[in-house]
Amino acid sequence: MTRYSGWKLFKEGLRGHKGWAQAWRTPKLKPEYDAVIVGGGGHGLATAYYLAKNHKITNVAVIEKGWLGGGNTGRNTTVIRSNYFYPESADLYDMSVRLYEGLSKDLNYNIMFSQRGMIVTAHSEPEMEMAARQVNAMHLNGVDAEFLDAKQVKRAEPALNTRSDMRYPIHGGVLQKRAGTGRHDAVAWGFARAADQLGVDIIQNCEVTDVILEGGRCAGVVTSLGEVRASMVGAAAAGHSSTIAKMAGFELPIESYALQAFVSEPLKPVLKTVVLCPPFGTYVSQSDKGGLVIGGGLDRVPSYGQRGNLPMQEAVLSGLAEMMPSLAKVKLLRHWGGIVDVTPDSSPIIGPSGVDGLYVNCGWGTGGFKAIPVGGYLLAHVMATGTHHNVSRPFDLTRFISGRLVDESAASGIAH
Amino acid sequence: MQLFPCPFCGWRDEREFLFIAEAGKERPDTTQKISDEDWARYLHSIRNDKGAVREVWMHLTCGELFILERDSVTMEVIGSIALRKDAA
Repeated sequence: MTRYSGWKLFKEGLRGHKGWAQAWRTPKLKPEYDAVIVGGGGHGLATAYYLAKNHKITNVAVIEKGWLGGGNTGRNTTVIRSNYFYPESADLYDMSVRLYEGLSKDLNYNIMFSQRGMIVTAHSEPEMEMAARQVNAMHLNGVDAEFLDAKQVKRAEPALNTRSDMRYPIHGGVLQKRAGTGRHDAVAWGFARAADQLGVDIIQNCEVTDVILEGGRCAGVVTSLGEVRASMVGAAAAGHSSTIAKMAGFELPIESYALQAFVSEPLKPVLKTVVLCPPFGTYVSQSDKGGLVIGGGLDRVPSYGQRGNLPMQEAVLSGLAEMMPSLAKVKLLRHWGGIVDVTPDSSPIIGPSGVDGLYVNCGWGTGGFKAIPVGGYLLAHVMATGTHHNVSRPFDLTRFISGRLVDESAASGIAH
Repeated sequence: MQLFPCPFCGWRDEREFLFIAEAGKERPDTTQKISDEDWARYLHSIRNDKGAVREVWMHLTCGELFILERDSVTMEVIGSIALRKDAA
């Protein structure tokens, strides 16, 4: 398989780009593997990659019902950050940011991680106190954070509405400089290509229709292309995790909701960072192409329909108009909805499912993209070794029985 | 904008409604000793069905709770039933 490099690009440029090989194979599904991963989104592909790279388990299949990264990996706002409150969450998400920092090199694929910073604004004196508490918590957890006053916020993002008579005047904010955005498709394709090079079979257009249970143990899955046996099955199915759980005869503490996002027509550079204004429930960044990438909170109706509803569109976009009135007349190009898996404590579930041989990586809710490398890394660890990595231990499914929840309201960055 | 049917007020704007929970869960008998697993199942486990669902919703403007039957993929509303026994 070709290694990508500046030199290779130059050489291919001279030859009319005729020498590029396929980035990954299209193998036939084998009847048996050492491990099967359900879900060919970022988390599933990352799991397969780290199983092969860290644990030398290469007889692995990733089974995807649609196309690679066609679910939430291709339906998010590409924000990567670790501005969390609890130590457990900080360990988890900061590990992900650190993995992202080295990912382009690791995968030999440019994922375009741009650490442009993220500002969460505060809109009253009490909110400023909470912002200071957030900064302190992040420092204690070893995560970078800066406390900004109103002037510093204005200097960082001149487009923000800083009039004192606005509905929620800006008093200041929290900046995480290492946060930023990445190229979502490149993350899926980079992991797919790197996993494929290590021998992982990526099977697209193949839906898992049932889980094979033998003596209470998971022995593989039934797919639309036939049965596949494996001693380990990892489910990374995001909003459809409950469907997989049902096949295996258990229930998860997960509700599926649609989360919407929007992209505007391309503009000249107007935003430097990712800006989130909690009272409006809207956040926005500008892509390298110039489009504004706009996101907000969950729809209010539980849903499996991969599209959003109008009331939330109105809330998010009117929030943007109040945050940055100069952008009020910008036209939208595209809009989409992904199905996210929301847990009671807004924290993910990683580890054994309770059914032997079946492992889950789900419950990331509105923030799964930022956690793709760590989700894959930790699921691969628990599948290969049978025990939790220290970072994933607090996120075991049994926390809902013990009551030791990681109640991270900052998980989505949006109160819900 | 979607309309939902309140059994008392008729078809109204979806923003007037609040999702409460899935219908059909029974609270364990807490006068008896119950296991942590059973209690956790009651508190947190959800069927989260894809397709036809039965849910408890509240119509915020009249304050009534009712069962809403709908499809969680197409968002089609199948019907609503009052939870109150004396509802006509």
